[in-house]
Amino acid sequence: MKIEAVNENTCIVYFGDRITDDNAGLVKQAAEAIRQDMADVVTDLVPSYTSVLVCYDAVKMDRFGIATRLRQTLTRSERESQMDDASTTIELPVYYDPEVGLDLDDVCKYAGLGRDDVVRIHSEQTYRVYAIGFSPGFAYLGITDQRIALPRKATPRQKVPTGSVGIAGSQTAIYPSSTPGGWQIIGRTPKKMIDWDSESLALVAVGDRVQFRSIDRQEYIDLGGNFDEL
Amino acid sequence: MSFEVLDAGMLALLQDSGRYGYQHIGVTTGGPMDEHAFFWANRLLGNATNAAQIEINIGRLGLLAHADTYIALTGADLGARINGKEVTPWRTFQIQRGDRIEFGMPVAGLRAYIAVAGGLKPATKLGSCATVVREGLGGLDGRGQKLAKGDRLEFDRSELQSGASLPPQEIPDYQKVLSLGVIPCYQYQHFSPSERMTFFSGTYEVSQRIDRMGYRLTGDPIHSDLDGIISEGIAYGAIQVPSDGQPIVLMKDRQTIGGYPKIGCLSALDAGQLAQRGPGAVVRFYLTDVADAEAKRAIFSHKLETWKASLGSLTAAERNCQP
Repeated sequence: MKIEAVNENTCIVYFGDRITDDNAGLVKQAAEAIRQDMADVVTDLVPSYTSVLVCYDAVKMDRFGIATRLRQTLTRSERESQMDDASTTIELPVYYDPEVGLDLDDVCKYAGLGRDDVVRIHSEQTYRVYAIGFSPGFAYLGITDQRIALPRKATPRQKVPTGSVGIAGSQTAIYPSSTPGGWQIIGRTPKKMIDWDSESLALVAVGDRVQFRSIDRQEYIDLGGNFDEL
Repeated sequence: MSFEVLDAGMLALLQDSGRYGYQHIGVTTGGPMDEHAFFWANRLLGNATNAAQIEINIGRLGLLAHADTYIALTGADLGARINGKEVTPWRTFQIQRGDRIEFGMPVAGLRAYIAVAGGLKPATKLGSCATVVREGLGGLDGRGQKLAKGDRLEFDRSELQSGASLPPQEIPDYQKVLSLGVIPCYQYQHFSPSERMTFFSGTYEVSQRIDRMGYRLTGDPIHSDLDGIISEGIAYGAIQVPSDGQPIVLMKDRQTIGGYPKIGCLSALDAGQLAQRGPGAVVRFYLTDVADAEAKRAIFSHKLETWKASLGSLTAAERNCQP
């Protein structure tokens, strides 16, 4: 663990220099511990892959004070973690079909596999949420199976419909709102990834686990899924 | 009691000090591009630090007052007029029902702030009215809209008895060549000594590509020994260097995470001074450290806190001089 100052009210904690499941676990655990113990000084947190950016109230604390508090908090949370590795797993229903999976056939061609195989490969494993960013609620999940790890589109779409599930190399993600984007779209979830009126706002947090479940057209409609393109 | 927007101008946005506590789900902070000007505007009126104001980006805005109140103007000189009479920023003005407040084009600086006694009373979204158009958050109704013709900006009755102005030594000169202190952090170590030399000895020009997300500068290109980095949280004022070697300073509406190497970070106060520069302005960078940024911020906070309206207040003659 390394704590480095960034500016007068921000520092960053690094937990490693590689994208691994273990580092993602450390980041999640640290973010939770900081949120719990340091709410009196911390104003914002940005967990991501291997690091947590910590913004704090510079009126209450200087760079030495924050580093000391962080070290105490993180040491304690490390000690307690051994017994408690309860990562939440969130199940996301996905309608995998060219009707909404605009690039599903391209992924099949790239993989040299049929639709059923691509869907099975994408949905049989669990993923870890490595980071949230790009737009509110946009979660980067890893690591996708090499067989379906098609790189980003050469030309991004102007608008990717809300709920679209995409692949970009070793990562997969869900578009929480309609934005421009270059990921290869293979399906769509009827679930709301971000809901300003809900308590938690975002359906997933950094460090959570996600499991996709293939659903048919009828279930997609029953769960509130829609087909508007833009 | 309200202001009515008669002319929406280029980009006039409601802002409070920002939307904090939601960056972990990818929601940026927004907030005033120039904190120095924003906090002084509220202070001149005795408002709460966080009270909502209008940030007028680039120029033009026309308001009609539907009630008596006081306002404070700070930040850029955008050729403001009250009932047709020219006024200069960094002081308060008594406003009467029927008065018209209008902004023109930039004379000095790029972003002006208008605060009203007691603060504006817009809707809040996630605890803030800071307008982030890209995210559809904040603004008058919470949906991220910039101000539009016909908008009504509500405020409360003012208790204020007298006006005030800022001491001249606290008023920045937005036209001078800007020297920005760079705190070495993030991937600083991955820029070789000769690349750092280039960065700190050269001058950079503010390009046409500037907005509330970032300021792209042009000058001698600099390169790190990294192609990219594992995406990490981006602080306000961070200086990102993509592969073309041209630095981008990340501002209030920045994305929360990013994968470009960063040579360092500005203090919030320095980033605010950069936000007052338009295309063609020249900036230099010098090496500083967090201790210096902390000290400058502490001095600023101390001045805000201890400033007495009586010391900086207007003379009776000035007060009676209704624009």
